[in-house]
Amino acid sequence: MSTASTDAPAQRAETESEGPTYPNGFLGDVWLVFVRELRPMLRDPASIVFGLLQPLVFVAMFMPLLSGFSDGELGLHWFVPGVLVMVSLFATATTGSNLQFDMHTGAHERTLVVPLRRAPLLIGRALKEMTPLTIQACVLVAITVPFGFRPDPLGAILGLVILAVFGVGFGALSYSLALAVRSQDWMFWMVQQAVLFPLMILSGMLLPLDRGPEWMRWLASVNPLGYVVKAERALFNGVFDVTLAQGAAAAVGVALVGLFVGTGAMRRA
Amino acid sequence: MNVKAIDAAGLTKTFASRGTQVRAVRGLDLQVHPGELVAFLGPNGAGKSTSLRLLTTLLKPSEGVATVSGYDIRTDPAAVRGRIGYIGQLNSAGHNQRVRDEVVMQGRFYGLPRARAAQRAEALLETLELGRVSKRMVSSLSGGQRRRLDIAMGLVHAPPLLFLDEPSTGLDPQSRANLWRHILKLRDEFETTVFMTTHYLDEADEFAERVLVMDHGRVIADDTPAGLKSTLIGDRVTLEFGSAQEATNALPRLRGYASGNGREGPTRRDTRVELPVPDAARRLPELILELARDGAAPWSAETRRPTLDDVFFGLTGRTLRESGTVGDTGETAEPREEAE
Repeated sequence: MSTASTDAPAQRAETESEGPTYPNGFLGDVWLVFVRELRPMLRDPASIVFGLLQPLVFVAMFMPLLSGFSDGELGLHWFVPGVLVMVSLFATATTGSNLQFDMHTGAHERTLVVPLRRAPLLIGRALKEMTPLTIQACVLVAITVPFGFRPDPLGAILGLVILAVFGVGFGALSYSLALAVRSQDWMFWMVQQAVLFPLMILSGMLLPLDRGPEWMRWLASVNPLGYVVKAERALFNGVFDVTLAQGAAAAVGVALVGLFVGTGAMRRA
Repeated sequence: MNVKAIDAAGLTKTFASRGTQVRAVRGLDLQVHPGELVAFLGPNGAGKSTSLRLLTTLLKPSEGVATVSGYDIRTDPAAVRGRIGYIGQLNSAGHNQRVRDEVVMQGRFYGLPRARAAQRAEALLETLELGRVSKRMVSSLSGGQRRRLDIAMGLVHAPPLLFLDEPSTGLDPQSRANLWRHILKLRDEFETTVFMTTHYLDEADEFAERVLVMDHGRVIADDTPAGLKSTLIGDRVTLEFGSAQEATNALPRLRGYASGNGREGPTRRDTRVELPVPDAARRLPELILELARDGAAPWSAETRRPTLDDVFFGLTGRTLRESGTVGDTGETAEPREEAE
């Protein structure tokens, strides 16, 4: 039977009445939430591909213009790593709306009344975020290779790891926002849009910032996403320098802040 | 076991709503013993759901204390959660999940080993007639099927104490009967304590051993359904007279028969008079003979057992239906909690 194919945390006694406060361990809780969140995607893998539509449009229609303006200097090697960051950004920024949907239907309330710790409710969800975005990033790379994109293999792997870590953090922030605004959908989207686009433009993801005004470059210098973009560009082109450390630090920082804020929000839920 | 299933004292919940304080629950005192089946009855906005959400640790009380299954809802909410089942008003399952996956996962959340959770899920889906849709996506289910799935998810760990918030709302009569069969079976097998809210009077009447009537955040009555009906009001007698004048003439005599706890006497509407009479079937012949001696014999007479609706009317002067002043959203929406 195809039951519960992947989950395997600690086995527990069935006696509820005298059992411990939490029937599963902390990591067991994280694992169960992770598996539950991942399952719809495993059952319906085609859904991941839809998320690729937007980044592909950018590669197909934005990059040729950029390439033309820069006299061919900014080609796939420059643009694709940026689009990969865009994939992780957009995939995880919207994920809070899934939680809002669960708040509307009652599925979220259900998880609050079962004996799961609060923190794993968020951590499991956030960890799941890295799966679709990693798959999407791999597919995007595979699509662009025939058109001349030549990623460095080791760099690409490191780059994907950094992206995944960043995705966990940004996903956690998206969930935090959903928990903070509760059932007010419009508020979620308003804040999300207000944050997402400045963050994206100020990361140099789509256009280089070195010709921008001073204030923009200053803002970019404090945008962690910019460091992730720089690291991705270096890594996918086989350059291993200080940008790797900066990008990794930025991604880990976002993940830590996201998980901290998110678990706090979930505890208050 | 001597531990009370529920032991609450002075439980109060205050919400801040548009600058005013709304006291949804005011000083709830409640003892429920293991194995009891208790129904919470009252109109929308009476505080039933909020009480349930306090007892199931979904809300923190503003004042008061309570232990559920022997654990403090304030200091040890996690222990409470592991020992209760809760079927809320909303749907429990994720809409993009598969039916069976959700039930199995629910069992895992409660610490059941995988094989045991799968076995329980199988059995429950079969009993609740969801076997055929077990591989379907939750969003594709009908309303009744979703409700039954909620119930399966709430029962998967065979909780010793089960909270149900209007469990049969939206179910067709057959599913309702089915649900009740299942709950009663659970009680027989595991001596499960059941605490439910409902505004179906017949449901509380038929199944509950004890009914708490709630209004404006307070419990205003606590008794067996039979006890409530006999002490608060008698059976209902309706008499039809030949004319309104005859009906009016009969009123003084009828006043002596009305069970009247001071609250209710006979009420006349046109040619009909209705009055509460204790033990009406036995007293009706005598009543009619006396009326005949007065020259005011009725054309027809009818007795009816009182319903809980009559009880609620007797207690509050309002019917359950017209009392839904706060509206359905009053309890399900999440009002902002007061700053503590």
